[in-house]
Amino acid sequence: MPEPSRLWGEDLTLAYDQSVVSRDLQITIPDNSFTVIVGPNACGKSTLLRALSRMLKPSTGAVHLDGRLIGSYPSKEVARRLGLLPQSSIAPDGITVADLVARGRYPHQKFLKQWSRADEKVINEAMEATGVLDLAGRMVDELSGGQRQRVWLAMVLAQQTPLLLLDEPTTYLDIAHQMDVLDLCAELHHDRAYTLVAVLHDLNHACRYATHLIAMKDGRVAAEGDPADIVTEELVEEVFGMPVRVIPDPETGTPLVVPVDRGGRIARRAGAGGAQWGAAEGEEARSA
Amino acid sequence: MTLTPARSGTSPGAPAAGAPAPGGGRGTRSARVLRLAGGRLSFAVRPRTAAVYGALLAATAAVFAVSLSVGEYTIPLPRVLWALAGQGERLDLFFVRDVRLPRAWVAVLVGAGLGVAGGVFQSISRNPLGSPDIIGFTGGASTGAVAVILVLGGSMVQVSIGAMVGGVATAVLVYLLALKQGVQGYRLVLVGIGINALLLAVRDYLITRAELTEAMTAHIWMIGSLNASGWGEVIAVASAMAVLLPVILALGPRLRLMEMGEQAARGLGVPVQGTQVTAMLAASALTGAAIAVSGPIAFIALAAPQLVRRLARTDGTALFGAALMGALLLAAADLAAQHALAPTQLPVGVVTAVIGGSYLVWVLYREWRTGHA
Amino acid sequence: MSLERPSAPALLGEDADTADSAVAAQELDHRTSATARTHALRSAGLVVLLALLAGCAVLSIAVGAKAIPLGTVVDALLNPDGSYNSSVVWELRMPRTVLGVFVGAALGLAGALMQALTRNPIAEPGILGINSGAAAAVVTAIFVFGMTGPSAYVWFGFIGAAIAAVLVYALGSRGRSGATPVRLALAGTALAAVLQGFVYGITVLDEFVFDQIRFWQVGSLVGRDLEIFLRIWPFLTAGILLAVTLGPALNAVALGEDLAAALGARVNRTRALVALAIVLLCGGATAAAGPIWFVGLIVPHLARTFTGPDQRWVLPYSAAIGAVLLTLADTAGRVITSGGELEVGIVTALIGAPVFIFLVRRRRMAQL
Repeated sequence: MPEPSRLWGEDLTLAYDQSVVSRDLQITIPDNSFTVIVGPNACGKSTLLRALSRMLKPSTGAVHLDGRLIGSYPSKEVARRLGLLPQSSIAPDGITVADLVARGRYPHQKFLKQWSRADEKVINEAMEATGVLDLAGRMVDELSGGQRQRVWLAMVLAQQTPLLLLDEPTTYLDIAHQMDVLDLCAELHHDRAYTLVAVLHDLNHACRYATHLIAMKDGRVAAEGDPADIVTEELVEEVFGMPVRVIPDPETGTPLVVPVDRGGRIARRAGAGGAQWGAAEGEEARSA
Repeated sequence: MTLTPARSGTSPGAPAAGAPAPGGGRGTRSARVLRLAGGRLSFAVRPRTAAVYGALLAATAAVFAVSLSVGEYTIPLPRVLWALAGQGERLDLFFVRDVRLPRAWVAVLVGAGLGVAGGVFQSISRNPLGSPDIIGFTGGASTGAVAVILVLGGSMVQVSIGAMVGGVATAVLVYLLALKQGVQGYRLVLVGIGINALLLAVRDYLITRAELTEAMTAHIWMIGSLNASGWGEVIAVASAMAVLLPVILALGPRLRLMEMGEQAARGLGVPVQGTQVTAMLAASALTGAAIAVSGPIAFIALAAPQLVRRLARTDGTALFGAALMGALLLAAADLAAQHALAPTQLPVGVVTAVIGGSYLVWVLYREWRTGHA
Repeated sequence: MSLERPSAPALLGEDADTADSAVAAQELDHRTSATARTHALRSAGLVVLLALLAGCAVLSIAVGAKAIPLGTVVDALLNPDGSYNSSVVWELRMPRTVLGVFVGAALGLAGALMQALTRNPIAEPGILGINSGAAAAVVTAIFVFGMTGPSAYVWFGFIGAAIAAVLVYALGSRGRSGATPVRLALAGTALAAVLQGFVYGITVLDEFVFDQIRFWQVGSLVGRDLEIFLRIWPFLTAGILLAVTLGPALNAVALGEDLAAALGARVNRTRALVALAIVLLCGGATAAAGPIWFVGLIVPHLARTFTGPDQRWVLPYSAAIGAVLLTLADTAGRVITSGGELEVGIVTALIGAPVFIFLVRRRRMAQL
């Protein structure tokens, strides 16, 4: 049977202890895609990312990486094929940018050969690609949030994996830095042929940058495909339980999701209809 | 030995979609804290907490009664009651009122004081192992007392004074050394460790150079003992408690809010800095009074808040519960210390360490089996 | 470059052909040389420390009840000739000095491992229950078997430390979150209290035991002969070798558990190996010399002021600094007081505490 892609999972049941998050999940990350996973809070998107990066062992089913079960590789071998930037990373106190980025070389280092010119070169290139080369000697804890996120990205790049999984890489960044990070991802995908998988919160960012979108709800895949094909008002309402309008993004032509005015405060401020705050929001929205 | 993957441990409970809240009573956490801060007297007492506190109180009373009755010269309970009322045989009166009653009171009061003080320090440092030790207080007190015993050959009163002076002087010294453009909590802890090491070195030096019998006296003092408790000690601890305990208990709700983080507490209108300093001073003074009377009894301050919190499933530190638990632990431990190896009297610190430690091991063992962090 | 993985796309480095390649290359060179300089500097620092250690060791051999001139010491070390001085050096003083070097290195390393494992800069190896386990076992040796003297305590101390550490680790790693730092600390404290209570009880009941244990508890190299070293060195050596291999994995673990796993480090295995190394190192050192907890606490802080947070450097620096500190303290203890000598456990606190406080005040300490 030909492998559907470099990274895919079949019949995945994902659970923490007894509580099952996902059942019978089929997932394929298309090669050379910028795949974005979206969905409401607690829909299992981060859990899926953890399973794809072997952080979480599926209760049933299996994740395949480059034609083999991901669990059958030695730990470092996975880390040479697939990079993950989790949300919970800690920068050790007093560490410099260059040293932090250098830690991405861990899977490539042997015990007796811990430092080579090649490592050096890759680290510098990773810092250059993310635009933090100038900060190399600075302490990580002195940097701004946006700079720090770039440093973390540089660290994952230094891992030199063709597959990159990012768990909410734009969280806690302002809009400009969010765009910076996403532009950087798009560049990695486009110019350097990375396969990227990112969990994002912002649906519009997802539509704009993703080449492949996976929308999740209650632990299952509600829809997947090109954002332009699948992002409809019906889908968003189904997945997020919120009525929206979908219009073309004036800048890129990708779908732009705009929440429908659900009455409430805005309607009241306009003096319309005398709607009571908090009462029957759903009906208000539909009648509006 | 279960070695489950630690990485699953870091997963916040959140990804578990629609999962029931783990651990029965914990779901109500925030609601209860806010309610307590809101109304002045409208305590939201949950049945479990009330039941546990009631049981602790009853158990303490029972231990108290038994400790008045049992001994080399055992007095039946009815006669104990008579003696308490001032009636009965001379010997009954002597044992109950002059020997056993003050000792039982000291045990209860010192235990409650240590329990509360431990709760305060754990709450402020947000560390289950927080104790007055972190500012060098205990180390200073024991070195002071040992110096008085071994160098000056002082009386028990002088030893108490030595302990107080040593403890306070050390705490002040640590505070001053940590002072550098304000006191940073972290630096305070590290300086405390350094000074503590110096003091312990001095203490060890004194103990290894002393005559064996004197060294043993110092050793027993360091373990903590209630053997010398009379009415003077009761009055000393009781007056310290009367002043300090209300202050600390009144700060309780604020301390609980501060466990959510200083920012959040400040946002809710808690004067964080003032509360911290007041609570730490009061708790240190309480510890000092307890140590002066009985020596640094191990483990009550550490275990009482942890135990009551787990038994009553309260959220955050329960100071009143810690007082009850501390009183019960020390009263029971002293009873055991007096009679377990009778006629040999063990210092009560031996018992608190062994039994308190075993109990904490058991509690942790049970709690961690079920899998919540 | 990803040459070893043909399936990988061209990842990095294509920018080298762009217009600003010259600037970039220059910056790369600059960076490269800066890193190389740091490495050279740290290596040189380590060499200096080792030289210092050799000096301290020679000094430690020269100083004693009868001072031997340094020249004579070096001479006797290089050409053992069976003369009186030569035999004093080789048979009396050498074993104690070598033991001191090993114990110091072991304690420094164990402290660095403990602080890395728990990400807690005030952790010391005793948290695993090692000191109290050893003390309880030594008390048992005296009370039950009537054994006295350092060489009798070694096995008891080591086994007691190991059992306590295994219990603490087993208790701390129950349930699904594994041996998290907070759990280890709680479990360690609880078990230490039980063991400490046992020690208190026995020492109160039996004056003879107290008289023995009060000297053991201070931590000292007095009366430690060749036999003790011969018993304990395999454990210390194994621990040192194991510890030094753990640097890269600890570097990864310091980034958080998820990222460490994503980088291919095995978090639980690393933790278990670190705990094993700590037992070998700290258990061995405590068995040989008694509990000298302060060394394990402060030495890693000293090391980090030179090396920053890179564990591959922190570990060897901690070993070297620990050895220097303990050897110096042991030597100083022999000359500070006129009558008798001051135990090394006391001297390390007297020397180490002021240095530590000075450091704490001088700069912001690295919070792990």
